[in-house]
Amino acid sequence: MIAPFKVSYRQDLLLAKTPAAKASYAVLLVALAVIPLVMGEFYVGELGGLFIFAIAGVGLMLLTGYTGLVSLGHAAFLGIGAYAHAIMLAQGLPFLISLPMAGVITAAFGVAIGVPTLRMSGLYLAISTLAFGSIIGTVLQKWDALTGGFDGFAVRTPTILGWKIQGAMGTYYTSLIVLVLVIWLALNILRAPLGRAMVAIRDSEISAQSMGINLAVTKSIAFGVSAGITGLAGGLYAHYVRHLAPDSFDILLSIQLVTIVFIGGLGSMHGAIFGAVFMRLLPQAIAMVRDDLPFGLGRTPGLEPSLFGLILVLVIMFEPGGINGRWMKLKHWCKSFPLHRRAASRRQKSYAKSERLR
Amino acid sequence: MESVVGLLQLIINGAATGCIYGLIALGFVLIYKATEMVNFAQGEIMMLGGFAAYTFVGIFGMNYWVGSGLAVLATAAFGYLLDAVVLRRVIGQPQFAVVMLTLGLAFIFRAGAGIAWGYDSVAFVTPFTNSIVRFGDTLVLGADNLSIIFGTLVLCGVLYLFFSRTRLGIAMQASSQNQLAAYYMGIPVRRVFSLIWAISAGVAAVAAILLVPVQMVDVNSGIVGFKAFAAAVLGGFGSIPGALVGGVVVGVVEQLAGFYLPTGFQEVTSNIVLLAVLILRPQGLFGQVIRKRV
Repeated sequence: MIAPFKVSYRQDLLLAKTPAAKASYAVLLVALAVIPLVMGEFYVGELGGLFIFAIAGVGLMLLTGYTGLVSLGHAAFLGIGAYAHAIMLAQGLPFLISLPMAGVITAAFGVAIGVPTLRMSGLYLAISTLAFGSIIGTVLQKWDALTGGFDGFAVRTPTILGWKIQGAMGTYYTSLIVLVLVIWLALNILRAPLGRAMVAIRDSEISAQSMGINLAVTKSIAFGVSAGITGLAGGLYAHYVRHLAPDSFDILLSIQLVTIVFIGGLGSMHGAIFGAVFMRLLPQAIAMVRDDLPFGLGRTPGLEPSLFGLILVLVIMFEPGGINGRWMKLKHWCKSFPLHRRAASRRQKSYAKSERLR
Repeated sequence: MESVVGLLQLIINGAATGCIYGLIALGFVLIYKATEMVNFAQGEIMMLGGFAAYTFVGIFGMNYWVGSGLAVLATAAFGYLLDAVVLRRVIGQPQFAVVMLTLGLAFIFRAGAGIAWGYDSVAFVTPFTNSIVRFGDTLVLGADNLSIIFGTLVLCGVLYLFFSRTRLGIAMQASSQNQLAAYYMGIPVRRVFSLIWAISAGVAAVAAILLVPVQMVDVNSGIVGFKAFAAAVLGGFGSIPGALVGGVVVGVVEQLAGFYLPTGFQEVTSNIVLLAVLILRPQGLFGQVIRKRV
């Protein structure tokens, strides 16, 4: 699409493409660091939740947006991470060991589900991850000895070096730090050979294979990394909700996670963040206008999921680039004003590619 | 002797549930064969079919057969429009875009049904409700389960005749096999695709109507669609007889698992079957393996 003019190969490896981008990230980071000092507890808590979903979004973006593998079972990884972290904390492990361990355990699960599903193409993979997600969901509900069943599982308040992580503020800062680390990790993966291989697999498996990329290894690593990052998000989610309920990690949550990636815009890190922002803002927006809607529409129980469904449908039909794609177009329009040409943002015609033969 | 009869009853009940799975799976397969899309909203279309039948029979008080026929036609028309208005636009986008699109549609249908018909379970009286059929002295079966099996068999016979004997059916087969060649032969492929969507929605409506005596219709009855995936995959996602056989196998296994295994297993049986098939025999029971030439 619209990329900065490149004069050296080194430019391709930069984390922030332009000095302006670097400055804006720094400003954003400083702003996020001081927000809790000036804003109310409620907003800080909501932002903490947003960061957690953004972490999960980054994890899923690596898999779906960059490797082209769709997973409809990522809520299971979120659940595994949450329970693993909460149980290890309850056993007395310190937070700084337990959270990475939760990520590692979840990554192991990710590889375990990734390896047998490697041979499957997009559709079968979607169905099998869906089945995996629902099996894990049922296990979490039925294995009372481990998860406490429907009584739930209280999450212990952890301490880091004697400082108690509690309340909205604690979740906010831990989630922010983990989110920054995770984005940094993901960007580094993407500019390393592994990330390039993932993108090559997304664009064409056959040509990636003929370039000497080991499909099985790359795909399982992608699955593992994605699951591990989602597991980290799960560990933080445990602190966010403070009381784990086994039925919260269901298909609906998986679909919400995929929706983050789709609405945000496939194949961009910005997209994962935009998607998470959108995902957390929409319920708030609905709550605000709920009483003003005509025909008692605001009191319909299915309003939220159906709005998500509708927006998902509209995005896929009219703006496959998601929010990020729209943002890029807007930026381009501003930059080239008043010389904007319609053709620059017109979608290319695409044709049905058969996946039956592979 | 008693246990043999009990086992037989379990199997027949399982087969009846399995027929429903099979019919929904049939809808998946018809659409997949023709357009390579997977309709994750198939279960929700079935739910809409059930509500349509409830509207005609339960609310308007029509005769069961007339009302059911109208419900099937209405649902089929809905399927046609769905393809013509929405799905046709996304041809050529990656497959998982279509997956997400139909998942989004499923949410919309669910909320729409909730607004239109409310969130309570509804049912209406059918000729098969609460009647039993005796075979000999010991074997007693519900007419509801038998009607499901019988109805599925009849529907399959009709579909088989349609696809093998009529001009339109053969045109549909042709367009599924090779779109471009079908265009060259003068087949209006797009309209044919929409008609395939209509048939698959109609089949889902028949499944919903057959299911009414056994299970009430409510907004969440589309969940069955996820179990039907197991049936479709077991049958090798492109095979019509495979979908039905797969459905019956999944239904029977699920019923037996519910009886012999501890609680909790029945809910995940279909998923375990699904994963096992995908890992051990990804092409399913009746599928064929085709490789691409580069």
